[in-house]
This record gives sequence, structure tokens and C-alpha cells, in this order.
Amino acid sequence: MAIDMSQFYQVFFEEAAEHLASMEALLLAIDPGAPDPEEVNALFRAAHSIKGSSGTFGFQDMMEVTHILETMLDRVRKGEAPLTDDMVDASLVAGDVLKNLLAAHKGEESADREAAEAICHRLEALCRALDAPSAGAPVSAPLPPNAPAAPGGSAEPAGKGFDLYFVLAGPRDGWPAALANLVAELQSFGLVEVVAEAGDGHAECHLRVLSDSAEEPIRGVLDFVVDEASLRIEPLARRADADEDEAYGFFDDVAGSAATDTWKSSEDAYGFFEPQPAPAAASEEAYGFFDENEVASLLARQQASEPYGFFTELPSLEATPAPAPAPENAAYGFFEPVAPPAEAPQPPPPVVVAAEPVAPPVAPAPRKVASKAAAAGDSGSIRVSVEKVDQMINLVGELVITQAMLTQAASNVDPVLFERLINGLAQLERNTRDLQESVMSIRMMPISVVFSRFPRVVRDLSQKLGKHVELKTIGETTEMDKSLVERITDPLTHLVRNSLDHGLETPEKRKAAGKSETGTITLSAYHQSGNIVIEVGDDGAGLNRARILSKARERGMAVSDTMSDQEVWQLIMEPGFSTADQVTEVSGRGVGMDVVKKNISAMGGRIELDSMSGVGTRITVRLPLTLAILDGMSVGVGPETYIIPLGYVMESMQPERGMMKSVSGVERLIQVRGEYLPVVCLHEVFRIQGAITDWSRGIMVVLEADGQSAALFIDQLIGQHQVVIKSLEANYRRVPGVAGATIMGDGRVALILDVPMLVAMARRVMPAAA
Amino acid sequence: MLQSAQAATGQESEESGFAQELLTFTLGAEEYAIDILKVQEIRGYDAVTTIANAPSFIKGVINLRGTIVPIVDLRIKFSVGVAEYTPFTVVIILNIGGRVVGMVVDAVSDVISLKPEQIRPAPDFASSVDTAYIMGLGALGERMLIVVDIERLMLSSEMALVDEAAQ
Repeated sequence: MAIDMSQFYQVFFEEAAEHLASMEALLLAIDPGAPDPEEVNALFRAAHSIKGSSGTFGFQDMMEVTHILETMLDRVRKGEAPLTDDMVDASLVAGDVLKNLLAAHKGEESADREAAEAICHRLEALCRALDAPSAGAPVSAPLPPNAPAAPGGSAEPAGKGFDLYFVLAGPRDGWPAALANLVAELQSFGLVEVVAEAGDGHAECHLRVLSDSAEEPIRGVLDFVVDEASLRIEPLARRADADEDEAYGFFDDVAGSAATDTWKSSEDAYGFFEPQPAPAAASEEAYGFFDENEVASLLARQQASEPYGFFTELPSLEATPAPAPAPENAAYGFFEPVAPPAEAPQPPPPVVVAAEPVAPPVAPAPRKVASKAAAAGDSGSIRVSVEKVDQMINLVGELVITQAMLTQAASNVDPVLFERLINGLAQLERNTRDLQESVMSIRMMPISVVFSRFPRVVRDLSQKLGKHVELKTIGETTEMDKSLVERITDPLTHLVRNSLDHGLETPEKRKAAGKSETGTITLSAYHQSGNIVIEVGDDGAGLNRARILSKARERGMAVSDTMSDQEVWQLIMEPGFSTADQVTEVSGRGVGMDVVKKNISAMGGRIELDSMSGVGTRITVRLPLTLAILDGMSVGVGPETYIIPLGYVMESMQPERGMMKSVSGVERLIQVRGEYLPVVCLHEVFRIQGAITDWSRGIMVVLEADGQSAALFIDQLIGQHQVVIKSLEANYRRVPGVAGATIMGDGRVALILDVPMLVAMARRVMPAAA
Repeated sequence: MLQSAQAATGQESEESGFAQELLTFTLGAEEYAIDILKVQEIRGYDAVTTIANAPSFIKGVINLRGTIVPIVDLRIKFSVGVAEYTPFTVVIILNIGGRVVGMVVDAVSDVISLKPEQIRPAPDFASSVDTAYIMGLGALGERMLIVVDIERLMLSSEMALVDEAAQ
């Protein structure tokens, strides 16, 4: 190849990984009994895009696997074969093989050629099996047999072609070869005509592809080799008049491929909507969608032919992908193209339209459209490096500090004389806060990014273990900081595997215990007082207290039968502790819970276990929302100011004489509503001079951390703010009792207290004092 | 150790053929010199936030344009001069291997260049400054400059500026 492709490799790797991920998600969601044609199409597109781009980049091995996969999926898509469980399994394995190959090309893993070959054979065998009698079976029951390419199908192979205008990427002298390559690649879609090559005067090439393919796969092929900014893809449909014959004429252009479909079975060009009320309604819906976008006036509702005219007259849409007379592409017209997700929320009512439907709306149709619209809506994304975002967060942090400084400086001026200044500052404060919030939200990601990998984990593992498991996920839209998302994945995977392996019983045991044979693992996430809480629950046998204790004794740990359940459960998080009867491939080696606990503490989080024999186990992980910012309470001790993270603060009070209780002559307990809490004096811990030592003149702040409470004695409460956490360790070292530092409104540094450590200190120091 | 450090410095200078640029400052009556490439900036002494249970020569931390920077007072560390803070007290901000540290000195004098032959090895003698951190004694006319290996000094466990584990 004449041009150096390596510069595009990174893009390819990222895109291929995305396609693989969406493929896996689709495969897991699909119901082989009644596959959604839309999903099958999306699967096919994903496979096709990978094939196209891996071919372009010369990754032959990946291309081979995807080619066979694509062939198989294509037949399913066209309704020539039903989707089987076996196919889904094989496709999942193929996805794994592709991931391995991709990693190998990145230089991260070594390629498993045998697995690749094995999957090729398996897929080929499946394809061959399709040639057997079952061929020609309808894709899914709800669709009339004469409309095999229904909703999704009617959108995609709408019998059309594209005019492609683009400038090739790479050095100019490599263009002819690149173009030849591209043409060869595009020929897999249909006929390719080179209308104009890049010449002396102009750099733009013009290709015409006659194909029933959707635009997206074609774009996928082009993405890697052309300069994206220059790429325009125009459907050939715009050449056709609204005239019936013309419409047919343009189907004729692609007779070769169109013939395989049953489009022609319908005599009437318009009529092709009619035998399928659902897609017709869908298309109306789509127009309604346009309607909202101010092009309604151009729409006539009675004639299906009108849309053609309308699209022809709308040159402004040229640059956007494929305005086509189908709901799907129509929706794309306004949004970036994406592989549609498997699932979508129920449609928002506005999609149900201003225009009168020609056919009575059929329930599933609007759902399709809405899901499309929703899918297209959240895809308008750009890739930005994390450093840039972090830099922005830092700058905004600085801005917040500067703004606070200004406000403080202005607090002394005469509000009458400087009214405008003060109003301006108030405005600045609001804007700064909004800016900060929106910048912080850039880093926020929904936890579904993590949860989405578990259906696969559970599926594979339950098959391996012979257990029936249902995975429920709740609160997938809960957002958390990106860095946390990345770091929570492994510990969470471990917890899920543990629940599956140790928590849930085998179907026989479950039946014997009078439970349903299918066990349930529940993953849920929600926000609670500035924390994100992730729970992994199962309805299995629960932890066995007696066994944990006996194992602990075996290992020579100091345990007693009087320990509370909580304390016993904590034992399983000790290094090297495993109660599994056998070491299995999945777990049981005792490396795990301690690592999970360590990882979660490193993130500033906590882990709790609840279990009830015969009912199940629930593991709760609490994490801070973000690592960069926290809500804090500033407190004064002597001349110093400290920040207490608000999440730990339960209450604060001025102690009265009678509340202080002494043990062995030392007043070190405070009675708060019947409970005795140990007291930590901050000025003693930090050796601060000039602090208040008289109980009744200071303030007690009740803190709770790791399920334990303590009272912290300080001089005064100052206020409550959001603070940007700054590392003390970047230039200094770790200080016991201090979690970090922040910069206050006046520019001074305040230290953030390490509450769990202070609370633990109270417990530790207590007996010594007493 | 001293010898080898000495030799290495000498060799480098000879190879490059350039004299070393040094920033000189005073602590009490003594004049010290450090490699100017380690100096990030010089600023006045500002209010610091004290750190609990830190050694007395670590004054605390300051906010240097959004970065938390620890401040050490070399006068206390080396027991020279009087540790008082006036509007003329100077903080030299050092950048040592990516870590930013500030050090309080009495005054900054000037920037000089010393040829390798102008730096004499320091004799072993008892002082509050461990001779391991003294690269040599620079002779500049009547003045004697104590050339300090500031990087090694600041990263030493003695200064308690870095975690033991980080070393």
C-alpha cells in the first residue's frame, strides 16, 4: 500500500473496539426466538464495519473472521435463516476472538490463531447448515412473510445508492493506489463507478456506489481512508423524480441486489409501504419528527411520494447522512449516525405526530422510531483526551477560588455605593457555580458503562457452573466520575463472580430449599448523601457464620463465638481467606475480597457486607462521587482552619457539662442520646496551641466512618463550602490524619481531615487513656 | 561518596566546558550557593498553613497558584541566623524532579558562575549541615560560598519532605 496507514491505526483500534462492544451488547440482548430485525441489522452493520476497516488496514485475520460472521448474519438479516442460540454463541465467541486479534495488533496480547481458525470453521459450519431446508424461513413471526426486510429492512436496503464526494487522506502520491483499494473495497457493496478522480485542479474524488446497503457501512469503509471533513455522501434518491416510474427506475439500477428482496412483489411503488402498516406508520412518525424540526411545512401527508420531493428540495440536508424515505435514516438526518442500541426507553409522546397517519399507528412502530431518535440523540459526541478535561477542571477550580477571593474582598465595601459591583459579583458567583457543575459533569459517566459488561460475565459463568442465573440491574443511569468508573470495574467483576460462584446455590439445592431454580443477582446503583452506592446482591444461601469462624480458627486468627455478624463477615476480607469447599477455576483461591477491599479503600470508598442464611448476601460499596471535589464543613481550632468532609458529619452540638463522662478519671466519653461516643480532641491530635480546652466552650462534631462513630472536639464551626481537593502528597508527603488540602476563598491553604482515621484513632487511643 | 560526587561534577563541567551558574543566598552571616537550574522562582514570605506534627523547620504549606507547596526554613534546619519573618524575608521556590518546594532564606544575593577549579572540596568538619550535601566550597575573591547539592538535601529523609516509600 502506497500510503502509510499506521497513522490511522489508533482510530481503527478505537472504532473496532466500539463496534465489538456494541456487537456484544446486541448479541446478549437479542432474543433468538423472535429477533428484532433492527437488532439483527445493527449486528450486521457492526460486523460489516469491522470487516471493511480491517480489510482496509490489512488486518487479514480479523477480516477473515468477520467476513464469515457477516455472511452468516447477512442471511439472517435477509430472512433466509432463523437466528439460533448456536449462532448467538458462535458470534459471541467470534467477538472474543476478534478482541484478541485486535489486542494482538495493538501489541498487547499474542494472537490466538487456533481460536481464530476454530471459530472460522464453526461459523462456516453454521452457514453450511443454513443451506439445508430451513432456508427461507421468516425472520420473525410478527412480520408478514412477503415482507422479510420489514421495519429495519425497509429502512436499510431501500434500493438506492450513494454519490460519494471526498478527499483522500494521506500524501497525494499515494492517492491512486488508495483509490483503487477503496473501489475494490466498496465493490463488496455493489457496483462502483468512478465519476471523477482527483486531478491537478481538484483534490475531490467522486464515486458512485449502486447498492442497497445503508449509508453507514459505506461511511465506515471511507472513514479510515478519507479526510473526514471533506466527506459528503449523498443518496442517489435525489436524482429520482417523485414520479412512479422513476422510482422504479432507480430500484432497477440495483436490480441485482434488490431482486433478492421481495420489494418487487408489490406492484405499486407507493404501495410498498401499504402491505406493512407498521413501517408506514413508522415513516409517518419519522416525518412527524421532522415536523418538530421545522420542516413540516414541506411535508404533505397523504402521499408517500411526497417525501422524495421534499428531500430533493432540501439541499441543506446534503451534508447530513442519507435523508431517505425510511424512518431510520430520517432520524439520522438530524443526528450523528450510530449503531442503534438494543434497548431504548419507552417513547416520549411528542414523537406521535402532527401529521395524520396514513395507516393506523401500530404499537411497535412508534417505539422503533422513538428508540432511534433517542439513540441518535445521545450519540452526538466528540472524543476529547482526558488531560484536556482535567486541565479544564483545574482551571475552573482556580476560577472558583478567584471568584471566592473577589467576593470576600467585596464584602467590606459599601453596598450602596458599589451596588453594581456587588450585583456583578453575585452574577459571577452563579455563573461560576454553573460552569463548575457542567465542567464536572463532563467527567461523569453513567454506571451502565460498567454494568453493561456483566450480562456477559454472568452468562458465561452460569453456563460454566451449571447454574440458572438472572441478572437484574437497577439505576444504570447513575453517574460517577470517569476515573472511578475505570477503577471500579475490576472489583465489581470480582464481587459478581463471587456471588455467582459462592453465593448462589445449584438449581437442585435451590429447589430443595423451596426457592425458584433461577437465582437472581441484583446490581444496583444510586446516589446517597454525596456518595454513590453500588450494591451487589444475590438470593443465595448467604454466608455461613459457623464455617467462616472455623476457617478463621484453622488459619490461627483470633476469633470468638461472641463476635457480631458484621465482624464475622469482615473476616472474609482478610488476605488469603476462602471458605469455598473447592478451588475452582472461577474463585476460591482466597485472593480476592482483600484485594477488592483494598482497591475500594484506595478510591476513598468503603465496603459493607450483609448476609442472612438462606436468604442471600448483599455487598454494598460506597464511593465518593468524584475524586476532585467535595462538600466540606470548615472548622476552626486555635488559629487553624480545617475541612471535614460533610459526608461523615452526623451532627454537631455544644456539649454541656453533664454530657461528658469520665472513665478512670479521664473525661473521654460523651453521652449523645443514650449512646456513649469516644471523644477526639483535634488540638491534641494535631498539637495546636491556643485552642479551647474547656468542653463547654467548644463544639462537638459527631462523625461516622466505617460504621463507627466518634465525637471530634473543635473550637468553632466556620461554614460549609464545596472545596477542590488538592494533593498534599504531590510536593509533600502523607500526613497522618490529613486526607488532602484545599485552597480557601482568601487564598490560604486548609487541610482536609481524614475522618476514618480520626475515628479509628478514637477507638485505639481510648483504652490507653482509660 | 563525597569524592565521587566531586569527581562527577568536575568531569561534567570539563566536558561541557562551561562554568556552572549558581544562585547565592545568605543564611545569617553565611553565604550559600545552589544550582540555578533547580530554582523555579523567588517570592516573598507569605502566611503559611501549619502542618500538624511536622518538624519545626517545616513551616507549613502555601498556595502557589493552585499548587500546594511545602515551605522549609533552612535557618531553622541549619541553626544559623534568627528565624524571623519580615517583609524582606525571601522564599526560593525550587523545582526538584517535578516536586515543588519552597525554602526560606534571609536574602538572595546574586547569580554567579563558578568554574570547576574554583570549587574546592569541603574538608570533613562538624557542622549542622551534613557534609554529604555540600558539593564544595566556592572561592570568589574574599567570599566563601558553600555550594549545596540542593536536590539531594531536599530529597533526603532528614528533610522529611518525601514519603519514605517514595525514595
